[in-house]
Amino acid sequence: MGIRNGSFVDFLLIALILGNLLLLGSSRLMSYIRICAAQGLLVSALTFILHRGEVSARIVVLVVGSAVLKAGLFPWLLIRAVRVAYIKKEIEPIVGYSASLIFGVLILALSLWLSARLPIHGKAAASFVPTAAFFTIFTGCFLIVSRTKAITQVISYLVLENGIYLFGLPFVGEAALLIELGVFLDLTVGVAVMGIIIYHISREFDSLDVKHLSTLKDWGS
Amino acid sequence: MIQAGDSLALWLQLLFPAACGVAVFAIPRRRLGTALLAVSSALHLCITAFFWFVPRRELALEGWLALDEIGRLFLGIVSVLFAAAAAYVVGYLSHHRLLALQNAQGDKAAAASAAERSERIFISSLLFFLSTMTLVTFCQHFELLWVAIEATTLASAPLVYFHRGPHALEATWKYLVICSFGIALALLGNFLLSIAAPAHAGGALTVSSLLSRAALLDRAWLKAAFIFLFVGYGTKMGLAPLHTWLPDAHSEAPSAVSSLLSGALLSCAFVGILRAFHVCVAAGLGSFAQGILVTFGLISMGFAAVFIIRQQDYKRMLAYSSVEHMGVLSLSVGLGGAAVFAGMLHAIGHALIKAMLFLVAGNILIAYHTKSAKAVRGVLRALPASGVLWFLGLFAITGFPPFGLFTSEFLILRFALERGRYGVAIPYLLFLSLIFIGMASVSLPMLLGEPQGAAKTHVPREWRWSILPPVALAFLALALGPHIPPFLKARIDAIAVELNTGVPGGAK
Repeated sequence: MGIRNGSFVDFLLIALILGNLLLLGSSRLMSYIRICAAQGLLVSALTFILHRGEVSARIVVLVVGSAVLKAGLFPWLLIRAVRVAYIKKEIEPIVGYSASLIFGVLILALSLWLSARLPIHGKAAASFVPTAAFFTIFTGCFLIVSRTKAITQVISYLVLENGIYLFGLPFVGEAALLIELGVFLDLTVGVAVMGIIIYHISREFDSLDVKHLSTLKDWGS
Repeated sequence: MIQAGDSLALWLQLLFPAACGVAVFAIPRRRLGTALLAVSSALHLCITAFFWFVPRRELALEGWLALDEIGRLFLGIVSVLFAAAAAYVVGYLSHHRLLALQNAQGDKAAAASAAERSERIFISSLLFFLSTMTLVTFCQHFELLWVAIEATTLASAPLVYFHRGPHALEATWKYLVICSFGIALALLGNFLLSIAAPAHAGGALTVSSLLSRAALLDRAWLKAAFIFLFVGYGTKMGLAPLHTWLPDAHSEAPSAVSSLLSGALLSCAFVGILRAFHVCVAAGLGSFAQGILVTFGLISMGFAAVFIIRQQDYKRMLAYSSVEHMGVLSLSVGLGGAAVFAGMLHAIGHALIKAMLFLVAGNILIAYHTKSAKAVRGVLRALPASGVLWFLGLFAITGFPPFGLFTSEFLILRFALERGRYGVAIPYLLFLSLIFIGMASVSLPMLLGEPQGAAKTHVPREWRWSILPPVALAFLALALGPHIPPFLKARIDAIAVELNTGVPGGAK
């Protein structure tokens, strides 16, 4: 087994990490969607490379499925939502871009520390996969709480999902095809439902800002 | 042994509602929707009764789907609640259709077709929701369980959005984003679990396989896996502090949906936590997992107490009461021993009473057109049957005898005191009494006085289907109180033994 193209894997992982930093620093919705799609493509490529020795129908479905969904269907749905909602405006974050970048560097350090401490054995130990995965997960979490557009929250959720998927990648030897199909199905329906809701939000408020979505409270009005 | 009949029953149980959902969505016939809803809920109830009274261990898909003791209990809850909600929905939808036609300005035909369309989506989502919740109770495989729990969120999101408008939109959005976020963490938990399970030992991530090789599991990874699974499914279950979606979704959804969300869906998420807990106990991490369950149980009860006092929206009040009861469930399992038995009893009692209360809240909302508790007065006069049910339900949900929740809450308290866990027992009692005071001060004034506002001039007759389902639920809850039926007691005992010792059960 083992990873033969170690340096190539590292190259892809570094690209992924740079993508996260770009996400933290960028302000345009379109570049958000593009970076998220590129990350989906990177993750599918990594699926193939990490499981080169054991190419089976399952791996092929995983690679093709995640590439088609994450780099094809989801970006298409999201771009459509952006067009329908007429938003070209830049994103107004709760945390500013330079602050976000500084925070990004901090969580990158945290990810390095965390993955060095974890007792990971086998193929994953040889590479930066856990580090990159943790960083992507943390970036997704941070973006969900620090950005205000409904559509950005969906993209952040996808970034988070990419990270989790990458983390599981070296380990999921046993999970069966059916389950991965189920995960894909859930994701697809999830993004579609969120897309529909985004459409309704834009129609209801003429804006996609989730700040409008804060009237439900417990005390007073 | 697998028998063709059992297998067929299992697949029917899982797939029939979904198939009906597809049919309702695809075929635009007004009567078809309600007819299929009635047929599937009745069939579901019959098959569930079959599984209960002719107990075997049904298997399918190499042991990925099976009905064990835990699954059987929660399948029963889902089935009974869905039948009650379905009966309620039939009457509710015809009321909703009338209202939509009355309020329509201009084009009546367009309004009718829009109402018909949203009704169709509603019924088919409801049926999908039933299928996915059934799948949750059948799942033995951890990752399949994840798929099923996420699917329940997606199937129920359109239900929360049924009323449209900005508030429903906000509630749906929060529900989707927060629950998806939680469920993503649970996916990470699943991966950690697969790291904890040594690959060389073979076997899938099924409950029985993990239990049989529990001693081989890597304990550090299993701890991490439990934490993530707990946070992920706990978000869905409504445990504080990740419960924030719950009051919004429960108050904005149609009342029949709220009753299903609160009684059935939260219980289904609890199944996910119980599965992970079971594996932890078998691997010797029982006290670690119990500590987490007790802590978050108490935190949830505390949050609920704070938000119930001076709550002004009676549906939100019920939602926070669900947070409280989910806390009690978590706490009871965390205490272990006899408290686990009480906890399972509590799950049944809470599901029945809370579903009943939400249905009654729906009747009040229809009559008064407001969710503000201050604006509602004189329910006993305006809606006599609903008023009596509201009164009984209020005492039942806060743990008064002779209802089932009294028995379970009392057993939990007694067990905590017997074990000398005063640090748990004192806040537990404090929160329960605060919640009683809070709920009584909000809901009792609603009953008395003169009807005002919309209800004064125009009081709709309480139709049969708005009263019979809550009455049936109230009777079931009452039956649980003084005397637990022996067949139920045996089942709950079996679950308690499984969860306390970590042995794989149900295979007899």
